[in-house]
Amino acid sequence: MAEEKKLFKVKIDNISVEVEPGTTILNAARRIGGDIVPPAMCYYSKLQGSGGKCRTCLVKVTKGSEADPRPMPKLVASCRTTVMDGMEVANITSPEVQEARKGVVEFLLLNHPLDCPVCDQAGECHLQDLSYEHGADTTRYEFKRRTFDRIDIGDKIQLHMTRCILCYRCVFTADQLTEKREHGVLGRGEAAEIGTYIQQSLDNNFIGNVIDVCPVGALTDKTFRFKNRVWFLKPVDAHRQCEDPKCCGKTVLWMRGDEIFRVTARKDQYGEVEEWICDTCRFDKKDVKDWVIEGPRKIDRHSVISQGHYVGVHKPKDTLVEVLDGRQPKLLLDIHNISEVNRPEIDLSKIDGPAHSDDFNKK
Amino acid sequence: MQALTSRARQVDRKPMTFIEKIYLWNIIKGMIITFKHIWKRKETVRYPEQKRPFSPVFRGLHILNRDAEGRENCTACGLCAVACPAEAITMEAAERKPGEEHLYREEKYAARYEINMLRCIFCGFCEEACPKDAIYLTETFAPANYKREGFIYGKQDLLIPAPGEKNKA
Repeated sequence: MAEEKKLFKVKIDNISVEVEPGTTILNAARRIGGDIVPPAMCYYSKLQGSGGKCRTCLVKVTKGSEADPRPMPKLVASCRTTVMDGMEVANITSPEVQEARKGVVEFLLLNHPLDCPVCDQAGECHLQDLSYEHGADTTRYEFKRRTFDRIDIGDKIQLHMTRCILCYRCVFTADQLTEKREHGVLGRGEAAEIGTYIQQSLDNNFIGNVIDVCPVGALTDKTFRFKNRVWFLKPVDAHRQCEDPKCCGKTVLWMRGDEIFRVTARKDQYGEVEEWICDTCRFDKKDVKDWVIEGPRKIDRHSVISQGHYVGVHKPKDTLVEVLDGRQPKLLLDIHNISEVNRPEIDLSKIDGPAHSDDFNKK
Repeated sequence: MQALTSRARQVDRKPMTFIEKIYLWNIIKGMIITFKHIWKRKETVRYPEQKRPFSPVFRGLHILNRDAEGRENCTACGLCAVACPAEAITMEAAERKPGEEHLYREEKYAARYEINMLRCIFCGFCEEACPKDAIYLTETFAPANYKREGFIYGKQDLLIPAPGEKNKA
């Protein structure tokens, strides 16, 4: 029998939890769950080395440990600080932390273009949630926001460098998931940007996962670009037998009717993917016949994505046809004869990239 | 039995007197009320000649706005459609191509935008939700129509004419 590991007792917002030595404060908080979990924009539990960059997970350590009960002098990043035995941490109970987090959000939004009406990430964007919860409604920044020359990084992934908050998640994903990393961070400080240097296109079977790890709308799916808003789509759990041994084939299909608009990996409550999926599943399988559909995906009730999704609806039996002796009721207007929207001959989900004016005008 | 209110009266079942039987007094009483109304102020207006002023918050027919340079404001963000309690608004977005910058303000725009006026309840939530000042409710009634087809308003019905462009309607 191996020697039993001594568990560290930690108190986060006056809730006790016992965790193994070496656990970070953030992960200890996630063990408890609920409101006390600090938000994280750059930390990703599935990516080694991530964290410590965005500073949104700052917490106050009010008691260092049982042996040394002095509080830590400054707020610490909970994703990078490991727990000590008897440590006491304040997150939502500390006004200082809330104030600091508000400042961090303001800094993150300094150069963010706030083009949410255009951005495809809107509705599932962590920065949107974070600024809604913590941010001020106006900015004090008076200077021009930074802009970049647009770089084309391939025909499947769209990069919007202005929206990037430099969390480095995509770089870690490319480093750890794909065989050869082709993009990285160029420049320093304010000039830092995600790029492929010589406009080399990202070409790797797992590179599509950078879309899922991106907390903002900097990396988005080009095959889904401007096709629809996420809250008008119905997320459905589905799987398929994927040829790639590294791919689990378990995905979420974002559907409207029988059309598959987008395929993503399954994300847990912290917005982290449960298992990685390959690019074939993500970009090329946009047909219902390719998938085995398991059922609707559970979406948090407070998310905008859950709007208009009626679960467990009982459709009443229409007795009119029976009463009319099998005659169908006379329709005064079939909306599909008049409406220009959702025309069956224009299948938006089958268009490769974003739709353009000529896609709509073709007869 | 205890009466529920003090206004309850026992119905008078006595036979009518002669004065009551000839009914004249009741007719005169009724005509007094009728003729009194000739001299009273009328609550109605003579509609086609005379119109009531709209309240400043009146919500009528929708328009889609353009900016000062005549470019469409709408970016098809879908917030009006998600705010719409009657689910009257539908849209389809497209990406702006090079050379279309004078038509659309942002890189994404509504290629199709439809309001079903049969469903619309003119609550004005779409106007409130719009982050781009694109949709407004005007002080015009939605015109009546003999057919339901005429109530499906597309972009050509909703967009205000661009400056310089002659209004064909």
